[in-house]
Amino acid sequence: MKLAAQVVDLTKFYDLGSVVVKALKGVSTDFPEGDFVAIMGSSGSGKSTMLNLLGALDRPTSGQYILGGRDVSTLDDDELSEMRNDMIGFIFQSFNLISQYTVLENIEVPLLYRAGYPAIGRVEREWCMELARMVGLGDRMDHRPFQLSGGQQQRVSIARALVNDPQIILADEPTGNLDSATEAEIMDILHNLNSEGRTIIMVTHEPGIAKQTKRQIVMKDGLIESETILQQAVPAS
Amino acid sequence: MSRIIRIVRLALKSLMLHKLRSGLTMLGIVFGVFSVIAMLAIGEGASAQAQKQVLELGATNVIVRSVKPPHEVTQSSTRSRVLQYGLLRSDYKILTETLPTITSAAPIREVDREIRYLKEAMNARVVGCTADYLDMNHLTLSQGRFLTGSDQQKLLNVAVIANEVANSLFKFEDPLGKSIRIGAMFYTVVGVTKDRTASAAIGGSLSGQDYNKDVYIPIKTLQAREGDLDIKNQAGSMTAEHIELNQITLRVNNKDSVLPTAQAIRETLDQSHPRTKDYAVVVPLELLKQAEQIRMIFNVVLGSIAAISLVVGGIGIMNIMLATVTERTREIGVRRALGARQRDIIEQFLTETIVLAGSGGMIGVIFGLLTPITFLGIQWFVQNFVMEGSSAGSEVGRMFFDLQPQIAFWSLPVAFGISVTIGIISGIYPAISAARLDPIEALRHE
Repeated sequence: MKLAAQVVDLTKFYDLGSVVVKALKGVSTDFPEGDFVAIMGSSGSGKSTMLNLLGALDRPTSGQYILGGRDVSTLDDDELSEMRNDMIGFIFQSFNLISQYTVLENIEVPLLYRAGYPAIGRVEREWCMELARMVGLGDRMDHRPFQLSGGQQQRVSIARALVNDPQIILADEPTGNLDSATEAEIMDILHNLNSEGRTIIMVTHEPGIAKQTKRQIVMKDGLIESETILQQAVPAS
Repeated sequence: MSRIIRIVRLALKSLMLHKLRSGLTMLGIVFGVFSVIAMLAIGEGASAQAQKQVLELGATNVIVRSVKPPHEVTQSSTRSRVLQYGLLRSDYKILTETLPTITSAAPIREVDREIRYLKEAMNARVVGCTADYLDMNHLTLSQGRFLTGSDQQKLLNVAVIANEVANSLFKFEDPLGKSIRIGAMFYTVVGVTKDRTASAAIGGSLSGQDYNKDVYIPIKTLQAREGDLDIKNQAGSMTAEHIELNQITLRVNNKDSVLPTAQAIRETLDQSHPRTKDYAVVVPLELLKQAEQIRMIFNVVLGSIAAISLVVGGIGIMNIMLATVTERTREIGVRRALGARQRDIIEQFLTETIVLAGSGGMIGVIFGLLTPITFLGIQWFVQNFVMEGSSAGSEVGRMFFDLQPQIAFWSLPVAFGISVTIGIISGIYPAISAARLDPIEALRHE
């Protein structure tokens, strides 16, 4: 089975001067291609730290994080940026769209920071429009975020996460700010993406959401407490 | 190239999000650039004005004038009630005969007299002069002729009158050929000069001259008819002055020999006037150089005042950009998460400040180009609300109202360049502090 990402004995300590906070104490797990993982745990369990490391926003204190064949823990700041741009698609709890941009422009943002700064041409623009249509916003491409509902904003951020065709999609409580109807819509989109073969890692503390995934990882005190496989990962054919 | 356009476009988009704030921030730079250009234009205009005045005196001229010596000196040197001072006809002779660089010389004697024609009368300055006077003072005739050499030799009673004199004495008649009375003598009017703007006082040694109330007669005639003694009745007291010549205007053969000649003139006069310094040597070329120096100082002072406003504008930009960075911390976090390098963030914020400062500079340049019009408005305001009629005619008033700002075209790119530079300087710190933000912290920022 081909791995999308892999963590080996990952630790993260925060030196606060008087105390050293051990947020992660050695976590190892594999993320096969086509997996849909829910990371759960109470606050302080280390799941946010885990997500930051998986998102290449931070470097581990020790251990390895292999993404796209490279060990993220050895990269410098610029290389981490490149990694995030190229390999990772972020979906945030609070959508985090750029307010002065339209839907289409928001989807384009990751294209602005591609290595070597290639021009954004017709092909790229077509691709962004296709993504907008895919998440059901084909008729709202010129709208600004404040003109959209929460569910619609989250769809924009999903489209944005997909624009650079990432290795993994990281979703941080993607339905946390949404009502149950829109929650179902967003989960549908994520399921569709997963069934297309995309690897999704989602942090959530709602068991109802976690149940809809293929695998649940429950964290406690900086370690994986339990792992439940609900369904085997099916990589894209 | 397309990338630069893209970055600038995105910067514009962010700035347009807060139109009022961006506009107000820009205002500081607009005024800074405007005041740099305006100040330099006024300085340039003042210098052009000074240069014009000096050139009217003639760059190759050296003017020697009689000056009333200080009171104490006169009392100790002469006991008589007649005050005797000033240039002598012998000075004129020595100067013209000994200095080879002098090509021509025009002696002048001035007295104030009442001029009469039939029932009309007015006080005028009677100038005894030679034929050269017309050219040397840039006068032109509206009718008739000016004084000639033969007028001098024959001691003819002929007069050329200035336009204002002609208008008040000859309201309905042609002045040519008419007899006017100057003092006790009658003179025939042979010519009328056109109006000429009065020359301003320069450097304190040469008072301003109003050419429009003059009557010109041959200097030899003046000497023969009026003598050297000038008796004035002033408010009951009588003063008597004995002056041979009021002024000698000497023309030097070329510009390079003006200063050495002036030096030679000073030394010559020093010897013939050993006791009192009752004359002054005015060298327009020297004044020109002084005016140049004054202009430099003027430009530096005005320029620095304007530069201060530019710096204040820059601080305004920095202030706003720091606030913007704090306000947009979340956006910075998102961009970093989506793959923006630190360099990209710096670029983004720096571009915003440069666009801000650059467009401010551009508007400032446009305003600066309108300086002459603005200044006209100021002149109008001063004329109507600040200065009342009398003070408007004073030396300072005349200088102010004659002043025409001249835009120094080099100042446009310079002022614009400074504004962009200030944009970069004031933008770099906020931009770097934005880029240094920890993406995780920035994403969590509310």
